[in-house]
Amino acid sequence: MADISSPVVVRPRPARRPSRPWDRWSFNAALGVSAALGVLLLVLPTAIVLVTSFTSGYSLRFPPPGYSTRWYEALFLDSPEIVDAFLLSLKLALWASVLSTLLATAAALALARNRALWARLLDSAFMSPLMLPSLALGLGMLMLFNLMGQGLSFGTLLAGHVALCAPYVLRTASASYAQLDPVLLDCSHSLGASPWFTFRRVELPALAPGIATGAFIAFMASLDNVAISLFLSDARSEVLPIRLWHIIEDSLDVRAAAASGTLVIATVVLMLLMERLTGLSRHMK
Amino acid sequence: MSTPTSGQRRRQFLLLLPLLLFFGLFVAAPLLLLAGVSLHDDAAMTQRGLGQYLKFFGDGFNRAILLETLRLAAGAVALSILIGYPVAYLYTLLPRRWQPLLMFAILMPLLTSAVVRTFSWVVILGREGLVNQIVAALGLSEAPLRLLYTPGAVVVAVAQIEMPMMVLPLISCLAAIDPQLRDASLTLGAGRWHTFRRVILPLSVPGLLAGSLLVFAASASAFVTQTLIGGGRMIFMPFYIYQQAIQAQDYPFAGAIAVVLLASVLAVVTAVNYLGRMSKGFVHG
Repeated sequence: MADISSPVVVRPRPARRPSRPWDRWSFNAALGVSAALGVLLLVLPTAIVLVTSFTSGYSLRFPPPGYSTRWYEALFLDSPEIVDAFLLSLKLALWASVLSTLLATAAALALARNRALWARLLDSAFMSPLMLPSLALGLGMLMLFNLMGQGLSFGTLLAGHVALCAPYVLRTASASYAQLDPVLLDCSHSLGASPWFTFRRVELPALAPGIATGAFIAFMASLDNVAISLFLSDARSEVLPIRLWHIIEDSLDVRAAAASGTLVIATVVLMLLMERLTGLSRHMK
Repeated sequence: MSTPTSGQRRRQFLLLLPLLLFFGLFVAAPLLLLAGVSLHDDAAMTQRGLGQYLKFFGDGFNRAILLETLRLAAGAVALSILIGYPVAYLYTLLPRRWQPLLMFAILMPLLTSAVVRTFSWVVILGREGLVNQIVAALGLSEAPLRLLYTPGAVVVAVAQIEMPMMVLPLISCLAAIDPQLRDASLTLGAGRWHTFRRVILPLSVPGLLAGSLLVFAASASAFVTQTLIGGGRMIFMPFYIYQQAIQAQDYPFAGAIAVVLLASVLAVVTAVNYLGRMSKGFVHG
């Protein structure tokens, strides 16, 4: 019989992990390699366009035979049709993001905390342009304008872009609103603030980063859109992505690389700016 | 929350009204009109009937276009999971100060114009592109390979371009998994591979489904990438809509193609949503 007075030492069983170094090693290696490959695939194509745009040659050879800024000069100095398309796209994206931000922010204030069935259904309906093939929407809008006897113009183009952009703002604004503590609103109310005052001093400051992020994504989405513009722009006005689409399809002109490079640089600069101002990456998850 | 007063109701309604009107006029009405126009037997729209749909499904050429489009979208979903999952999983394992850098690498392609990202694949896969330079350097092939305008190239390009939409929902899903579950599994003696297969992977199914939904819908209507990488020989549904509407001016038939594409995407989205609800029950139960 064992001596019961002697302390019983319970030794933890040695963990089994160290006995299987192969398992750990192979898993980490597989994850590391495949993730590195994935990140490379995310970033590399954009980097390649950027490098190619500084080529000194006449073709889209990679790596380029030499480097120069000649295609940027050709783009900005001798290509009024591309620059015009760029300016039109900028104007359109600015208007579309401003209008969609106003419409969607107002709707988000009404919908974000509402659990009623109608509110959920309406929310999914408003989000639907993100999932629908936008060419179908563009064609439907073209038919509508034809039916109304409304010729195509900047206004018709803008309507299409706002429909496409509003869901982005609705999503980020709603997400920010869901994080806002409702107690703050009750406090403001019980301290005698009017709804408008509460909106200005409590809700808006809390929502601003989310709204700004949504507006930024909406701006980039509008700048990028081809499917809607294809149907809704009039014959004289051509937006930048469609101009580029034609260039790439027809001639593989190196100016397309310079225009792409410009867009890449602008995107990166704007992203860094937005990250500074609003914490862009927090709102995208 | 307490039941809203009549004042709050009125405020809610007024906030909602602008987007509701806009949505009704420029999203709901065009889609209904699209369906209405497609239900005409002739291009002049004098005869009502299901003729356009019979014409679409009666012709093997059209059915092949639909199948190719759905196959492209499914292939892009599979490939984006394969490449995107390790990236998303790596993000959750990285130390906090490295996470913003990876998030930037994921967001940058998402916010860069799709025309630019497609163009980068034209540069990579072109006659003098990166792939052909490597093939030539290794002496694998005498003549440059014809990579552009092949079905494989379209799937790879579309998958790469839509990949951030798979990675982002996966990250939010993986980040929400309690890290103690993984630790518990490892302490209890399960290896890393086993832990991944039996703990992490099942818990990330909702994120996988959410990402698949976004990538599927986006790939099926990725007009720019489909036309530029696929070239003139490969026709997908979005280009077919455009061709029939703008070049052939056959609005009823274009409308029918758009409705078929819409219905197919919606059917897949609904089915995946249903799976998603089942998988949520699985996770909590």
